[in-house]
Amino acid sequence: MRLYALFVYVFLYLPIAVIAIFSLNAGRHASQFTGFSTQWYAKALSNPFVMEALWTSFVVALCSAIIASIFGTMAALGLQGMKGRVRVLADALIYVAVMVPGIVIGIATLIALVTLFGWINPLLALLAPEGRAPQLAMGYGSLIAAHALFSMSLVIIILRARLAGMDRSLMEASADLYAPPLATFRQVTLPLIFPGILAGFLLSFTFSFDDFIIAFFVAGSETTLPIYVFSSIRRGVTPEINAIGTMVLAVSLLLLIVAQLILRSGTRKGGR
Amino acid sequence: MQRRLSTWLLLAPAGLWFAVMLVLPLCFVLVFSFGQREAAGGYVPAFTFEQYANLPARWTAFRNTLTLAPLGTILSLLIAYPLAYFLAMRADPKWRTMLLILVIVPFWTSILIRSYAWIFILGGQGLPALVDWLGFGSIRLINTPFAVLTGIVYGYLPLMVLPVYVSLERLDKRLLEASADLGAPPLQSFLQITLPLSLPGVATGCMLVFILLMGEFLIPAMLGGGKVFFIGNALVDLFLQSRNWAFGAAVAVTLVAIMLVTVTLYMSLMRRLGGAREDVSLM
Repeated sequence: MRLYALFVYVFLYLPIAVIAIFSLNAGRHASQFTGFSTQWYAKALSNPFVMEALWTSFVVALCSAIIASIFGTMAALGLQGMKGRVRVLADALIYVAVMVPGIVIGIATLIALVTLFGWINPLLALLAPEGRAPQLAMGYGSLIAAHALFSMSLVIIILRARLAGMDRSLMEASADLYAPPLATFRQVTLPLIFPGILAGFLLSFTFSFDDFIIAFFVAGSETTLPIYVFSSIRRGVTPEINAIGTMVLAVSLLLLIVAQLILRSGTRKGGR
Repeated sequence: MQRRLSTWLLLAPAGLWFAVMLVLPLCFVLVFSFGQREAAGGYVPAFTFEQYANLPARWTAFRNTLTLAPLGTILSLLIAYPLAYFLAMRADPKWRTMLLILVIVPFWTSILIRSYAWIFILGGQGLPALVDWLGFGSIRLINTPFAVLTGIVYGYLPLMVLPVYVSLERLDKRLLEASADLGAPPLQSFLQITLPLSLPGVATGCMLVFILLMGEFLIPAMLGGGKVFFIGNALVDLFLQSRNWAFGAAVAVTLVAIMLVTVTLYMSLMRRLGGAREDVSLM
């Protein structure tokens, strides 16, 4: 039994280890390990296309995670203790946002935004003649908006579990002691749900940073890091991709383990 | 009254976001699926069932998805169940949380990079080269259904382990003690108590994996090399290469419809199992 578990863990982590090891390979060819070298990391980090894609991914992940954390927290607080039709609708929307495959979300966002922009852009041109009207197009905005949708659902799901497990008497006590609602929020609710918000932020960031399929449809002329990696793989396997992949995995593993630890230690203290 | 106002203000931004970025786009897909293709690619408004009538043109993609997705789901279950059982029943409680985190974490890392790792391993200069060197002759692994299934199991295993683990962990251990006290051999206890009581978790895991597999694009694109392709690959082709938006929308609607039917069947099955719904946190 123990041996079997070990085998599965090896299966889960061996591929990650393999690319990490071969990213340090001096040779050009993937098949043989010809010596230790960090040259592929240097090469990747000095490649302007990689750096530009990395920057795009970073900005999109940061913006979408911030938006998702703020609006998601607000929505979770608004939904707290709510029943009836609004609650059912909200649950259904969150469920749909999480379960509909990313590829369908990507396609839907693409055709909706392209069509909407096709209607809005002529209007903008009318309002500001001389050809200087701002034109809407796919890019940073659509990437951030699409990623924020999924991330917002994550934040709401995490916080709803936390708020449900929270001791309501604390908030009632605060209200009984004549604290105004905002003070109760700042001094009681926020400290209790903050670990959840932080974990939600980290998960949102990782999701956006790693997402390929939604970005593939809505990125317009921008290139995120996963899109760059995907198109390089099509051109052939190189040690440089191993180096980029190792860095991407290292960043997400770190963020995820931090998020998990925050979530789990938090539930033990604040929860049931 | 004031409380209601503040509630609506709290819900407004997220509500607007879901309306514009989820409800509206999904409506667009539905509308487009009844449209027609413009000669140069793109979309002409219309109301016709032409696109749906044309679905058999992509039959191979549907067939591959509807065979490999269930197969991948079953394989994931067979590999995940013993691990979940070990984590819930046998693992040292001191290490359980850490072991569980180690299962969940890969699921949230880039599936792109993780599938790439398998290109590296199964590709011509990876495992096949090793097998050849050992003198077992030449084999081809990459761009086969085997490679795609490996990628699927690898990618979705965590999603299967978690719900099964939750249902096993909640199981009342006293039932097993009672069964042992009454002289039942371990296998019989497992078959008559553990297995039936873990079925809700099994069903949840299978549904999650199956639904996500239906929309898979990356794994077949990377490990199937254009030979083993899913509905997702057909969608990318229709939208980004041949720019046949109306037909692509019809394929997407059909995909979502198949998923909805699956979920509905699952729900009614669960009700018949008398099972409480398992709330599984994947975060």
